[in-house]
Amino acid sequence: MLTILFDGVAYGMLLFVLAVGLCVTLGLMNFINLAHGAFAMAGGYLTVVMMNRMGLSFYWCLPAAFLFSAVLGVVLERALYRRLYDKTHLDQVLFSIGLIFMAMATVDYAMGASPQIVNLPPSLNGRIEILGANVGVYRLFVIAICGLLTIGLQFVIAKTRFGSRLRASVDDGRVARGLGIDVTGIFALTFAVGSGLAGLGGALGAPILSMDPSFPLKYMIFFLIVISIGGTTTITGPFFASILLGVADVAGKYFVPAIGGFIIYTIMVAVLIFRPQGLFTRSAKR
Amino acid sequence: MIPESPNKPAGWLLGRTRWRWYELAFWAAAASSFFIFPSKLMLISEIFILGLLAVSIDLTLGFAGLVTLGQGAFFGVGAYAAGLMAQYGAGTAPFADPLLGLLVAGFVAGALGFVTSFLVLRGSDLTRLMVTLGVALIVEEIVTQAKDITGGSDGLQGVMSSPVLGVWSFDLYGKTAFWYALIVTFVCFWFCRRLVNSSFGLSLLAIKGNPLRARAIGMPVNTRLVAIYTIAAAISGMSGGLLTQTTQFASPDMVAFHRSADALLILVFGGSGFLYGGLVGAVAFRVMQDFIGNITPQYWLFWVGLVLVLLVLFVRGGIIGMLIALRERLLRKGEGS
Repeated sequence: MLTILFDGVAYGMLLFVLAVGLCVTLGLMNFINLAHGAFAMAGGYLTVVMMNRMGLSFYWCLPAAFLFSAVLGVVLERALYRRLYDKTHLDQVLFSIGLIFMAMATVDYAMGASPQIVNLPPSLNGRIEILGANVGVYRLFVIAICGLLTIGLQFVIAKTRFGSRLRASVDDGRVARGLGIDVTGIFALTFAVGSGLAGLGGALGAPILSMDPSFPLKYMIFFLIVISIGGTTTITGPFFASILLGVADVAGKYFVPAIGGFIIYTIMVAVLIFRPQGLFTRSAKR
Repeated sequence: MIPESPNKPAGWLLGRTRWRWYELAFWAAAASSFFIFPSKLMLISEIFILGLLAVSIDLTLGFAGLVTLGQGAFFGVGAYAAGLMAQYGAGTAPFADPLLGLLVAGFVAGALGFVTSFLVLRGSDLTRLMVTLGVALIVEEIVTQAKDITGGSDGLQGVMSSPVLGVWSFDLYGKTAFWYALIVTFVCFWFCRRLVNSSFGLSLLAIKGNPLRARAIGMPVNTRLVAIYTIAAAISGMSGGLLTQTTQFASPDMVAFHRSADALLILVFGGSGFLYGGLVGAVAFRVMQDFIGNITPQYWLFWVGLVLVLLVLFVRGGIIGMLIALRERLLRKGEGS
């Protein structure tokens, strides 16, 4: 029982790191970037290449995945995404679906369609006993890293100058711009960090989630659920939403495998019906 | 779209409903493809079916402005409804008729559309996208899980359709399927054409333009949206039923996410808001799929993605939009010289 809870929390934290970038960009620029998962896939596949082909240590892969996805994010943001901010939501959706298709085919071409396997270093393998629960060391590692990241993010957003600018821009972009805040620059940086975090999440998730070319499409729905439940105005909302989703998914698949994926979709639709603004958001001001 | 003589709205309205020569040419070309490509009849029938699905999305998206990612759900529900009708009704004459199956498919999908339409009324574009996507995913889960009824991931195998109206039976070369699909598509299209050119259709355009003002001048916005969403769902269901009846099987693939994405893509390809966009887009899409599929069968998704990105960035209104822009440019040139 505790083991399931633990696995669920680890899974949820992973989802949070994967999805948090999307939440911020959506809240900040009102831009629906369905291709967010592609950045996660980039990080995941970089890990696969670095470990299995170049024989590098897993620990090196994590920062590398972050940087790689962040750079990829900046390049795409400046080159393509920028042109779509003032287009309709439909255009944005179609555009990012197009990107997903291209990413899937590219990865398929470069790496093949079969799921990639990442072998963990021995220090992260195995299981230990904590509070009577049998816990995988890697799950613990994931929770630790994601927990640190969450605290770090929360600190940056709540305490630093950059954070207050970011919050101002999310709350009301026009007024923030009027006060002399460089909203566009903040957005580019946030997009980069968000993509980087997705890449890191992909690298961390590579040993747990299966890495195959359909990754962005498969996890797109999870990101959307996290956003729809957590809202886009804070990062604590998505955080709790991710944990809830992770635990619900793992527990649901364990206890009632027959209806497996059912639970989370139903939760999503139910939340959207009763709280269109999200479950954990402050009441909408705009 | 712009009234030429605003003083005579009645004349303008009538003008909208008049059949133009290029429309007749389009349908004549569709019918004559039977004689031009006799070896590709199945493919052409599929193009009609995909086109009809795209037209149904055009009703919600192009005319009412409702963004949806889940039209595949109605398509799949219709496909299974028609398949089950054919399987359980086999042998008992009136129940196994494909036309009845089609009506049932449309009815079931329409009922689902009616129920879910109330979810779509709420919230913003983003909420709509996610709700429609969520509904489609739930339907997909149900279809793969309810093995006793739907055959699970194996799908419904060997759906044998009885002869249409007891006279024309489906043959191996798809001749009957071709005419059946063409006629059903044409009838549904004709219905949609009447619908969008009626006052009902014009009120939808008004709602798309500005829901707040539409409400202010006394339009029952929500009722209209529910109605059009239900109708579109029913037509999607009928196109799904058509696919089951002509290919003689139904699989979870018909409910999958990529159905909805493909159909949306087809519509954007052809141009939304013109009704013909879906049909033209379906032709272009399938021809492209065939062409690229022959070169690189595995990676054709890449080219679809590329086309989609380029379309969004550079082209407004898809193929039809391009044609209209071209025509206007030519006309202006003619006036200038």
